[in-house]
Amino acid sequence: MTTQAEIAPGVLQVTDRKSARAFVDTHIVPYADAYDRQGRVPEELLERMTAAGLWAPFLPGDSGGGGMDLVTLGEVHEEVGRGCSSVRSLLTVHTMVSWAVQRWGSPAQREQWVPALGRGDVLAAFCLSEPGAGSDASGIASNVVEKNGGWVLNGVKKWITNGQRADLFLVFARTATSIGAFLVPRDTPGVEVTPIEDVLGTRASMIAEISFRDVALGPDALLGPSGFTAGMVLTGTLDLGRYSVATGSVGIIQAALEACAAYASRRTVGGSLLKDLPLIQAKLSDMVTDARAARLLVAEAGRLKDAGEASTIMATWVAKYFASTAAARHASEAVQIHGANGCSHDYPVARLYRDAKVMEIIEGSNEIQRITIASQAEREII
Amino acid sequence: MSGNAKEQILDFVRARYPQAEIDETQDIFALGFVNSLFAMELVMFIEKTFEVTIPNDELKIDNFRSANTMAELVDRLSPARV
Ligand SMILES: Cc1cc2nc3c(=O)[nH]c(=O)nc-3n(C[C@H](O)[C@H](O)[C@H](O)COP(=O)(O)OP(=O)(O)OC[C@H]3O[C@@H](n4cnc5c(N)ncnc54)[C@H](O)[C@@H]3O)c2cc1C
Repeated sequence: MTTQAEIAPGVLQVTDRKSARAFVDTHIVPYADAYDRQGRVPEELLERMTAAGLWAPFLPGDSGGGGMDLVTLGEVHEEVGRGCSSVRSLLTVHTMVSWAVQRWGSPAQREQWVPALGRGDVLAAFCLSEPGAGSDASGIASNVVEKNGGWVLNGVKKWITNGQRADLFLVFARTATSIGAFLVPRDTPGVEVTPIEDVLGTRASMIAEISFRDVALGPDALLGPSGFTAGMVLTGTLDLGRYSVATGSVGIIQAALEACAAYASRRTVGGSLLKDLPLIQAKLSDMVTDARAARLLVAEAGRLKDAGEASTIMATWVAKYFASTAAARHASEAVQIHGANGCSHDYPVARLYRDAKVMEIIEGSNEIQRITIASQAEREII
Repeated sequence: MSGNAKEQILDFVRARYPQAEIDETQDIFALGFVNSLFAMELVMFIEKTFEVTIPNDELKIDNFRSANTMAELVDRLSPARV
């Protein structure tokens, strides 16, 4: 086996926000606009992320991870999101699947997949959405039938982040009684990957449509029993994904803020620096305030996760709702502050603007977030 | 142990659904309250409060129907008392 140092010499381990920031500033920020234009993240960066131990550092030490707590993981994902939402998206879906296998897998499934997922030797994608079903997961049409002690999977999944590159798919499909989660290696006969190009945002996240035609799977493909637990595999996995997207949204606000603070300190209009104009100051002050507020909401959700508190699930909905809507608002204002320059490739804010819009749609759209938060409003009575 | 567990579980369910009248035998699934979000919260609550890990083969709907069945589950999973 090649060592991390051989894969990408000189890349330091990411263990916290500070080392993540250094990694992102060195290996991601200078290239993020190029990834966006090329519509992919190069293999070289994926290898550097492997060398840095970035893929699933939260996995327990005995599973090949570093046992990173989820507050720190959130800070790391925020930093990656500050650099490039496409890269953060790859991390998000890999995190979701790695966590699901660790949490719900049988000992044999864990042994087979977790160390490889932890190292990043196997990259994973999360396959729920379909051409006909997104927000309403109960509307999925993909299905499995039991055959010869195993399973046969049929269906089409759409908008799958890292679908173009991932080695392992976690696929949700109807069983005879409910919805189950199935581990499907990419090279299984009957799996066909079709790239989806030219999306609005997270353009480098290598999205794909994936068809499963009579895909024969062994009995060990099912993750967790189907039935009552299947809903929880989905809920728990989406919760972690939502947390990661919330952190990434904070990263977008921070990136918008940093870009605008720098630009407003240099650009003059009518003899004044932009930063001295009251209307621009209002935009900057709101970015500073929302970046801090969103970061605190995310940190609280992470703290509750680390404590195993059930209230983390609602805290994560709230954090993601606040952070994603704030990111979309501030990324839009960031383009505004940059004027025509903001509409060009010369500054990162156009990319931030497009990426931020996606944050309002994935891992529970704005509308679904509001419906869910409102449905639990009576809990807030104190 | 299980009497106490039952009360704590009931408190948790009632706090989430204050409008409902729920006793220890009530089938909460039959009341139509349980969505996947609440199911996940229940599992996290039980694991955290009673310091147990619920294995996959105990994650059956029948174990979560009522405060009684959940308390029995907790009893089964708790280390034997001396
Ligand atoms: C860049 C990108 C990456 C993605 N990556 C993945 C991935 O890796 N894996 C995966 O499985 N999926 C992925 N998705 C899909 C994503 O999860 C879905 O787009 C999302 O769940 C919304 O579903 P939909 O697009 O089908 O919208 P729909 O469900 O058709 O909803 C359309 C609109 O109606 C609103 N709406 C829905 N229900 C209600 C309601 N009850 N009341 C009011 N309004 C409502 C929605 O909020 C939305 O605005 C990705 C999508 C994008 C854009």
